[in-house]
Formats: sequence, C-alpha cells, structure tokens
Amino acid sequence: MPPARRFASPREAALAGLRDSIGVPMLVLGSSYLGFGSLVEGAGLDVWLGLFSTFTGWALPGQIVVIELYSLGSSLFVVAAAVAMTNARLLPMTVTLMPYLRAPGTPRWRYYAVSHFVAVTAWAAAMRLCPSLPENQRLPYFAGFGTTLWSMCLVTTATGYYLAGGLPGFVTLGLVFLNPIYFMLVFVADARHRARMLALVIGALLGPPLHLVSADWGLLITGVLAGSLAFGADLLLPSKTKGGGHA
Amino acid sequence: MPEAEAMSAPLWALMLMTVGALVTYFWRALGVALSGRIDTASRLFEWVACVAYALLAGLIARMILLPNGPLAEAASPDRIAAAVIALAIFFLTRRNIGLGVAAGAGALVLMSWGRGFF
Repeated sequence: MPPARRFASPREAALAGLRDSIGVPMLVLGSSYLGFGSLVEGAGLDVWLGLFSTFTGWALPGQIVVIELYSLGSSLFVVAAAVAMTNARLLPMTVTLMPYLRAPGTPRWRYYAVSHFVAVTAWAAAMRLCPSLPENQRLPYFAGFGTTLWSMCLVTTATGYYLAGGLPGFVTLGLVFLNPIYFMLVFVADARHRARMLALVIGALLGPPLHLVSADWGLLITGVLAGSLAFGADLLLPSKTKGGGHA
Repeated sequence: MPEAEAMSAPLWALMLMTVGALVTYFWRALGVALSGRIDTASRLFEWVACVAYALLAGLIARMILLPNGPLAEAASPDRIAAAVIALAIFFLTRRNIGLGVAAGAGALVLMSWGRGFF
C-alpha cells in the first residue's frame, strides 16, 4: 500500500527523499559497497578506480561483472556484452518508472539526468511512494533519494577499500564475501516468477562448469544459454498462474 | 586479450569501467526515450530478465565455488558452508537478508580464523 504522504513543496519532497534513503536502504546497499570496495582492492586496483566505477557505473551487479572480468583478463567485447546483459533490466525499469516522475513543464534533460539513479533500491522506493505524491514533487523525491544513496555508497566504496587493505586477511575474506552472499540471498528472496527461478537455478548450475570450459566466454554463454533454457521451459511447461508485469 | 597487453593495468581497468558505464547508461537513456511507447510486460523483456538472472546466478556460483582474488585463499568447504549458513539464517529469520549476509560473512571469517589457528 502506498503510504499517503504529501510534502509542502518540491524542495521538501527532495529532502524527504534524502531522509528516506538513510536507514535500511543505505545500511544494506552501503555494506554491499563496502564489499565492492574490498573487491576492487583485491583486484589490485587503486581506490580512485573503485570510486570511478561507483560514480559512473552505478548499479552494483554490472560493477562486479567488470571487476571480475578484469581480473580474468577478458576482452573489451566480452566485458561490454556481459554488462549489457546484466543491466538490460534497467531499460524496462526506467520505462515503468518514468510515468510516475513526469510533471508538466519539466525540461526533458532532467529525466535523462535522474535516470542515472535507476537501480533497484531507489527505483523500488520511488515506485512505492511517487504515485501518491503531487506531480511536481515526484522527480525531486527520487532525485533526493538517489543522490544521497549514491554519495553514501561512494563513501563506503572507499571505506571498504581501505578496510580490506588494513584488516587481517581472514577479516577481509568476510568483506569480499559480502557481495556474492548478498546477491545470492536477494535472488532467493526475489524468485517468485517461475521463469526467473529456473534461470537462477540453471545459471548457478551451468556457471562454474562453463567457466572451467572457457574463462573468456563462460559467463556470456551461461547467461544466454541458461536464460533461454529457463525462458523456453517456462513457456513449454503448463502454467499454473501466469506472471504479470514486473521489472 | 591483445588490447589488455598494449595498455597499463589501471588504464585498461579504466577503459573497461568506462565502457561498462556507457553501456549501463545507454539502457537508462533508452528507457527514458521509449517510456510510454513500449510494453514492459512483453515476452522479450521476460527473456531479457531471464538472461540477466542466469548470468548473475552463474557469476555468483562461480565466485563462491571457483573464486579468483582474495576469496581463493579461503578453503572451498568453508566458502560452501558459509553460503549454506547464510541461506539457513535467511530462512530461519523469516527471510531477513541483512542477518543472512552477516551470518554468512561472519561464518567465513570465523572458519578462516579457526583454520589459521590449528
């Protein structure tokens, strides 16, 4: 249920977005970026490269793909294709969010600017609250939420980097382990649609062996092969209840 | 990887990150441009979601089972046990992701510390 909230002005809405992002969303995403910072350190890269990645690449799965494939020595094409596949979901997410951000008289470039903040956490918060806000407060709320989350994750990227460099090795292991464990649980929690659940299971089963077959192409083949198998199986299997709209 | 050898490591990483960021932003910008004109409940997008989920599930399974980087220093049984503990705590705490993650990472730290001890 969307909570009925109304702010005094667009400025107040932006500040509310700022406040709303502090708390559980920031704790969860912030710790994941601690993990990302430690991953960057483990790959032997400078801290400013980690910050550059969080600043420009903003969407953790794609950032992890880049670091992992960099460590494996993958080609530019493989990295671009893997990030494109990982982040293609941002397109339908942006398409679904935009109607809830539009307000008459807003210059178009502002939509393009705030679209940088479309990533699961801020997107979910905006999808929940924005429909209930007056039109001119929606984009400010999303921008306030996104900017704060993004800034804080830059801080935790650097923090994770220096922690990984300074703490004893066995503690660093825990930091580097945060991301795989976090995404594993997010996926398990999110696996409601049968097609996506199948994609997760088949992907997890095919990923490691295909990596052994080809460290270069294993990840791309896993995505296309396991994803298409899951999609096809879902079409062929008798449907109990058909999944509706989603992102 | 002929390109990688021609460049210094940080410059190569910067290049990969820049391309990754451009690809990422491309989807968002296209989303703004196409908003209101396409149906996101179509089968094409369901397939796109399946590919993304499969790719990430494959990557995560590989990061846990066959890691490169610091995680390779942890023993395989420890990594697998820590992942199982994370799942167990997640389900025992009514699907609390934060507690599951903390338990999994904590378990790996403790097991690695224990191995260093004995």
